Amino acid sequence: MSSKVYGRPSSLNDKVFTYCPGCGHGIVHRLLAETLDEMEITGDTIGVAYVGCGAMLYDLFNIDFAFPLHGRAPAVATGIKRVRPEKIVFTYQGDGDLAAIGTTEIVHAASRGENLTTFFVNNGTYGMTGGQMAPTTLIGQKSSTCVDGRDADYHGRPIRMSEMLAQLDGVCYVERVTIDTPKHINDAKNAIKKAFVNQQEKKGFSMVEIISPCPIGWGYNPVDAYAHIKEEVLPFYSLGVFKDR
Amino acid sequence: MSTKQFTKGNEAIAEAAIRAGCMAYYGYPITPQNELTEYMAKHMQRLGRVFIQTESEITAINAVFGSSVAGFRTMTSSAGTAMALKQECISHMSYMELPGVIVDVMRGGPGLGNILSTQGGYNQSKGGGNGDYNVIVLAPNSVQEAADLTALAFDLAEKYRNPTIVLADGTLAQMIELIEFGPEIDPASLPESEEALTGCHGREPRKVAPKNSAMDLEAHNIRLQRKFHKMADSEQRWESLHTDDAEVVVVVFGTPSRMACEMVYEAREQGIKLGLFRPITIWPFPANALLEAVKSAKAIVVLEHNTGMLTRDVRFFTQGKLPVYYHGRMGGCFIDIDEVFSKIKCILNGNDSEWGALNEQQGLWKTF
Ligand SMILES: Cc1ncc(C[n+]2csc(CCOP(=O)(O)OP(=O)(O)O)c2C)c(N)n1
Ligand code: SF4
Ligand SMILES: [Mg+2]
Repeated sequence: MSSKVYGRPSSLNDKVFTYCPGCGHGIVHRLLAETLDEMEITGDTIGVAYVGCGAMLYDLFNIDFAFPLHGRAPAVATGIKRVRPEKIVFTYQGDGDLAAIGTTEIVHAASRGENLTTFFVNNGTYGMTGGQMAPTTLIGQKSSTCVDGRDADYHGRPIRMSEMLAQLDGVCYVERVTIDTPKHINDAKNAIKKAFVNQQEKKGFSMVEIISPCPIGWGYNPVDAYAHIKEEVLPFYSLGVFKDR
Repeated sequence: MSTKQFTKGNEAIAEAAIRAGCMAYYGYPITPQNELTEYMAKHMQRLGRVFIQTESEITAINAVFGSSVAGFRTMTSSAGTAMALKQECISHMSYMELPGVIVDVMRGGPGLGNILSTQGGYNQSKGGGNGDYNVIVLAPNSVQEAADLTALAFDLAEKYRNPTIVLADGTLAQMIELIEFGPEIDPASLPESEEALTGCHGREPRKVAPKNSAMDLEAHNIRLQRKFHKMADSEQRWESLHTDDAEVVVVVFGTPSRMACEMVYEAREQGIKLGLFRPITIWPFPANALLEAVKSAKAIVVLEHNTGMLTRDVRFFTQGKLPVYYHGRMGGCFIDIDEVFSKIKCILNGNDSEWGALNEQQGLWKTF
């Protein structure tokens, strides 16, 4: 007798992912959906999307979803969670969204210790608007708004949000993961699960930062983009748990 | 026994919101609306409801978005320059068809202006965000009406699934009057909206999401416009006083109408045919009622604590049928109603050229 060992998670609907080849958002979506399935929380979860490429997850998941303005997801999630504390509420945000326009919102939601889970997909660029420099763009990395590469003196330096948020007393868990290898993908899934479990246990604010490739924005083919994560990105954005209490 | 109590405008709005079943309030300090936020801080937590002093007005209104999308009555309040910060999300709430109440306690402008009472929020209240949308704007002129309109604001927001603005000013917010509150609604007793995000257990997932294609967004806009037309037809509110035979009709909204009212009574005692028309909804503007009110008038005098925002609407709706004069003060200065009365007498004497001279005496200028 045969049994199904791999298939589409039931937290996802049948719609086709429309991300570029090699884009990390699809992998992160899959991990998120598998986790919702395994924890059996699909029907009790409310998602808050963001403005950026991965925002299409609102349309791909079989869960309730709200679509906020650019950067405001943590404020919207706060407003939901405070009136529906029994539900699982998460935000899914990009680096432009969370580390630029929405820095205030994420810092204060985290600082208040809102019992929320945030998935922060850091691809070092503004994917959706065409690959402009993000606060997370590496020194030397080229983008459409730093054509000769990011210059520390001229453009300023990249920001490490996980390290920064880990300083806040309201935060219970921050981990940075990536999805460039099967092992790292498994680690990422464990982190995603832990961040949800923390919310179930009412431990406060959890964030998982996921270093993710944007081959289009980076100007690499997918294979090279994945190699670039190991060679260039992880030396600056080191993986690890920055807070766990 | 009377249940009336002396209440400050800010606190009346807060208490009325609590009684209307407001489940979550989010605010950021700004004068002259601080007592409203403080009243909520004092009561919401004790009632088992939500109060957050947010890190900004932007977060406050976006948290309102959140509690609204989750299906609860929710409110924020602010003033002056900070109302500008809320406009992006008010527009977005209108797009996503989310109810919510926003109280604007007008203060001095432009920009940071000052903390004093003005009516400079008139234009912004009708919609400072992008795109084609409308919001009902309710402008009380007494503490009692502020409480009543706050309760109404929650009903209208829900009825049309659109944000609703209560447009007060610093004077009203700080004024203490004897008022009676409406009945208390327990948030738990309110029916759960069929659009609320509650987790999709046992039903199809709900998406409060954008319309990404041209066709979808056009169709959505058309649907919104139909809704706004219905609101425009059904929700006009106003007050007229002695307009039937009035030779001059004073048009005024909010607190300056209290002084204007006194002037009308005094004029009538002197046999001067003065009337008053007060829009209570700034949007939708009670245009037909205004035309009816000025039917027998030979002039309109608009009074306002700004440089003529209401005057522009009055001119637009009366289409040059009769002269429209403006008299206003700014920056927190108050209209001197005696000056106004002598100006009105100039008009009635057929000598409105004196109007200009009077303007100069006060260091005021005529708009347009
Ligand atoms: C207030 C506002 N400013 C700008 C934009 C335009 N905008 C859309 S997506 C985006 C950046 C998204 O970047 P990121 O959050 O990193 O998401 P990614 O596409 O890389 O996943 C910007 C600036 C907007 N929608 N709203
Ligand atoms: S632009 Fe980048 S982030 Fe956006 S879909 Fe393409 S690869 Fe993904
Ligand atoms: Mg990005």
